[in-house]
Amino acid sequence: MTKLEEVGIRPVAISVDSPEESRDLCRKAGYTFTFLSDPKSEVIRRYDLVHAGAGINGQDIARPAEFLVDSSGTVRWVNLTENYWVRARPEQILEVAKTLR
Amino acid sequence: MKGHKFNWPIWAGFLLSSIAFLSYFLVFVWFPVTRDFPWANLLLFGIAAALLLVGVRRAFAPDRSRPKLSKIVGSVLPTLSIAIFGFFIFTTFIIARHLPASHNAPHSGQKAALFTLSDSNGKAVSLSELLTSTIGGKTPKGVLLIFYRGYW
Repeated sequence: MTKLEEVGIRPVAISVDSPEESRDLCRKAGYTFTFLSDPKSEVIRRYDLVHAGAGINGQDIARPAEFLVDSSGTVRWVNLTENYWVRARPEQILEVAKTLR
Repeated sequence: MKGHKFNWPIWAGFLLSSIAFLSYFLVFVWFPVTRDFPWANLLLFGIAAALLLVGVRRAFAPDRSRPKLSKIVGSVLPTLSIAIFGFFIFTTFIIARHLPASHNAPHSGQKAALFTLSDSNGKAVSLSELLTSTIGGKTPKGVLLIFYRGYW
């Protein structure tokens, strides 16, 4: 993630986790970037990423997805993996980041 | 043929089963053609099964030099391989879980919907702020929104 910040991209993680749960995760994994809480899936719904009932307690959660948004607020790259096992490689994101002004 | 011979087919079958499992997550998952239906891995499991069958026949043949050991190997390795195959089917077909289509998620070129959410300290943060507040003294070129399932 520091690689992203080095090229001027701010990583922001969003999930239904509470601020406490995110703090816990960051502490254990050593993450230092921004984590946002969307407990009612309001933003998740607006981005059409709701995975209904897929949470451990049957709650709605977000399906994995990444969006690179430029300084004008325009989406420039999307990763909506169809397979749960595939994650975007950091190199892909860095390549796109280079094209942003 | 005397029974001193090392039962290579059974070990090869077991090894190939392990490779068939691991290669999906390490190699084939990166290519849509082998990811969406894991035919390459099923093929590898098929070859492994054939090797195991040959190996089991050999293990239980009457002319083995150490019949008891051969039978143990001939029972344990195929069982483990079947377990590996079962776990593969479970993880790829069941855990991979059909994800929602998300057709209305923003596409490249569209504006990202604005929002305000609480950060891990409970402080309200907006997307606009995230796009403009500096990182190491510099204005960011962009923000990478990473939606994830959650801690669990």
